[in-house]
Amino acid sequence: MTTATWVTGLGVAAPTGLSLAEYWAATLAGRGAIGPVTRFDASSYPARLAGEITGFVAEDHLPSRLLPQTDRMTRLALATADRAFADAGVNPADLPEFDVGVITASHSGGFEFGQNELRALWSKGGQYVSAYQSFAWFYAVNSGQISIRHGLRGPSSVVVSDQAGGLDAVAQARRQIRKGTAMVISGAVDASICPWGWVAQLTGGRLSTRDDAERAYLPFDDDATGHVPGEGGALLVLEDAGHARARGARVYGEIAGYAATTDPRRDSGREPTLQAAIEGALADSGVEPADIGAVFADAAAIPELDRVEAEAIAKVFGPSAVPVTAPKTMTGRLYSGAAPLDLAAACLAMRDGVIPPTVNTRPSPAYDLDLVTGAPRAAALRHVLVIARGHGGLNSAMVVRAVDPSAAADH
Amino acid sequence: MPGNQFTLDDLKTVLRQAAGTDEGVDLDGDIIDTSFDDLGYESLALLETASRIERHHGISLDEDALGEAQTPRELIDLVNTHLPAA
Amino acid sequence: MSGPPSRRPVITGVGVTAPGGQDVKEFWKLLTDGRTATRRISFFDPSPFRSQVAAEADFDAELSGLTPQEIRRMDRAAQFAVVTAREAVADSGLDFAALPPHRMGVTVGSAVGATMGLDQEYRTVSDGGRLDLVDHTYAVPHLYNYMVPSSFATEVAWAVGAEGPTTVISTGCTSGLDAIGYAADLIREGSADVLVAGATDAPISPITLACFDAIKATTPRNDDPEHASRPFDASRNGFVLGEGAAMFVLEDLASALARGARIYAEVAGFATRSNAFHMTGLRPDGREMAEAIRVALEAARLAPEDIDYINAHGSGTKQNDRHETAAFKRSLGEHAYRTPVSSIKSMVGHSLGAIGSIEIAASILAMTHNVVPPTANLHRPDPECDLDYVPLTARELPVDAVLSVGSGFGGFQSAIVLAPPGRSGT
Repeated sequence: MTTATWVTGLGVAAPTGLSLAEYWAATLAGRGAIGPVTRFDASSYPARLAGEITGFVAEDHLPSRLLPQTDRMTRLALATADRAFADAGVNPADLPEFDVGVITASHSGGFEFGQNELRALWSKGGQYVSAYQSFAWFYAVNSGQISIRHGLRGPSSVVVSDQAGGLDAVAQARRQIRKGTAMVISGAVDASICPWGWVAQLTGGRLSTRDDAERAYLPFDDDATGHVPGEGGALLVLEDAGHARARGARVYGEIAGYAATTDPRRDSGREPTLQAAIEGALADSGVEPADIGAVFADAAAIPELDRVEAEAIAKVFGPSAVPVTAPKTMTGRLYSGAAPLDLAAACLAMRDGVIPPTVNTRPSPAYDLDLVTGAPRAAALRHVLVIARGHGGLNSAMVVRAVDPSAAADH
Repeated sequence: MPGNQFTLDDLKTVLRQAAGTDEGVDLDGDIIDTSFDDLGYESLALLETASRIERHHGISLDEDALGEAQTPRELIDLVNTHLPAA
Repeated sequence: MSGPPSRRPVITGVGVTAPGGQDVKEFWKLLTDGRTATRRISFFDPSPFRSQVAAEADFDAELSGLTPQEIRRMDRAAQFAVVTAREAVADSGLDFAALPPHRMGVTVGSAVGATMGLDQEYRTVSDGGRLDLVDHTYAVPHLYNYMVPSSFATEVAWAVGAEGPTTVISTGCTSGLDAIGYAADLIREGSADVLVAGATDAPISPITLACFDAIKATTPRNDDPEHASRPFDASRNGFVLGEGAAMFVLEDLASALARGARIYAEVAGFATRSNAFHMTGLRPDGREMAEAIRVALEAARLAPEDIDYINAHGSGTKQNDRHETAAFKRSLGEHAYRTPVSSIKSMVGHSLGAIGSIEIAASILAMTHNVVPPTANLHRPDPECDLDYVPLTARELPVDAVLSVGSGFGGFQSAIVLAPPGRSGT
């Protein structure tokens, strides 16, 4: 029999809050954090809004030894990992040495650190490049630094699948738990709001160029014209159910099912594959569409991509048959960090019996979606589906399941 | 000439910028003969530190000698042998 | 854990793009001749850098069959991946057009993604580092694909017609082993029936040279590029950067047998552990790598005595080669002294994330030909590296089960066990 993988700790880093309570209160209140870019002067660029994390002072969270060698996203990730383990009530150093791993997703590594070293290289010369560059900008840095900080010697990994990666990482963590690792911290924290990151994101062709924060990122709206990028994400402490039960852990939910697909090239004449990813995740969870109480959408806010997602949801669940939401309208798209933050929100939604709203969007009648807008909606949730998609046609879908307190008790 | 001498204060400034300070270590204490190891600086921190010193002073430290400098005093002495005498 | 898994991942196709060899045949010839492909860097003037040698691939994208648009939109590392994947697909004899696309996946390992593309593009949009607010009007339209290297995996997926799970694994210098471990899991759990998997990197660019210069990880032996990579030799003083790719076709043993495929090897066991010690440093005892080896052997249901050959990480840094030697002794005991160990990085350099897959290619070719590639440039062994490193000359011997290992920045330690399907799980 395969062991279940439970979520027993949550750490979030969101533009709407750095603590779980603050983030969840803002999310239920529909309080967005999208605003003009402040981390650099974006006035000369076509896109000028972002979901920035304000009030994060790295010095308050991390030893000064780590500061010269870390990009902003790594500092955020380290602080988030600390909060996730604290929330789980675990000091991983107390566990047997190979029992805890770390598996993160990355979108673009430490892009701002890389920017600064590239500038040093090309403006002053190679001898001005930092001794920390060899790892501070690479995609594996967050897993490596979290492993070192918490003494995690179990199986670790890093996946890159654009915005789908956050779910792929959690799925890989579940594989390791099924193979016998007691605990894996997993998810993603991304941050690349710097001029070089901005220019690279602009070439992706999906950024909104609006200046009105309330009309800039509008998934499933007739007025959708792209997204606002944000920074942050979430890390989840995932644990073998038996291990969690034995230590009397509080349980947020179970990672019940997952599947991933890849779209063919647009000129191939073949259909997109998101529907298959959703169906695969449901089948992997052993549930029917009617069992799903809410869908956290990818919400690209590109009309063509919104249509594909709305159609896939309607085909699986029936027209407007399941509540759909996109709380990322409050934070902007967080790349690899987006789906882990949605998983965290899904866990809290199941706990509190409430679906957080999508803000700003006026749902287009063109889509057969029951979009939760305006205010949170009360709902008893047993299963929630999270969808994440990446550039190039990457689709991932994951189902989280509520765990009865009686099942979580050690009897 | 003090302007041409590399001092412990100079080194402490560079160390703080290049590698921060380990928790529980007081760089303002009596550290001149304390090993870098005990001060919490490993090879990477020292490479970054040396690189900043080299750039600032326009010198090139001998690699083997650098690897052998185990304490602030040894590193300061090494740097000073590379600085032009006053 | 109950009984052997019913689905068993086997390798039925291989492709290689490496320094000194454009395909599998040339690559194997270079290795068994014991020739080196390291040279003074020719892509740009390396004279401002401490280390000026590398193993460069003589790769012509157009001659390799890529279209002008494919060439324009892909970084060199992505080009390697697509060309090499096509070689592996052809080698497998599998009719991809007849396979259900959703049952095919792609896993590509890469440590540093599109480094060459990012380096050059930054130079342009910053106008040689002069502009802090880099100029978006000078950016190439495919810069986003350089930023996020999952584009490498989607390019391969499009090239082979895969619509199943597709991702990039980026665990530094163990990426090439970890990607195969990941792909093997997807076959085993039934998430896909066929995986095109491997790894690619093309890091020979000024920013890479500068960052390895800064930590003195690469060799300064610029006066003798052909003999610059010296794993396990007492005179070794750093690794030599390389580039390239190896890609494989993985499928389930039952379907490979049913279609009468040539089976190179089963991915019999894989494990990865972290040292939780240092982003670039290694503890000399090799404890975590030894644990990865132990778990990989256990997964393969093989004993240390079953290993006929070890394809080492053997990067040629002082620290690594001792660390690894300690790990072999700790995990294999006395058998470590009886087992030939070699490092092909002595010949093709260290291509970061790609090399793990290139070393898997060398390992399965050793099994196919019963020949172990040598460690070139090994004239004067380090007394602390006291195993049989097959110096200079390839060796004929029966090669059944192979262990290949890797060690990466970030503390990743990985081990893979390759064996004929009849051998493991029995």
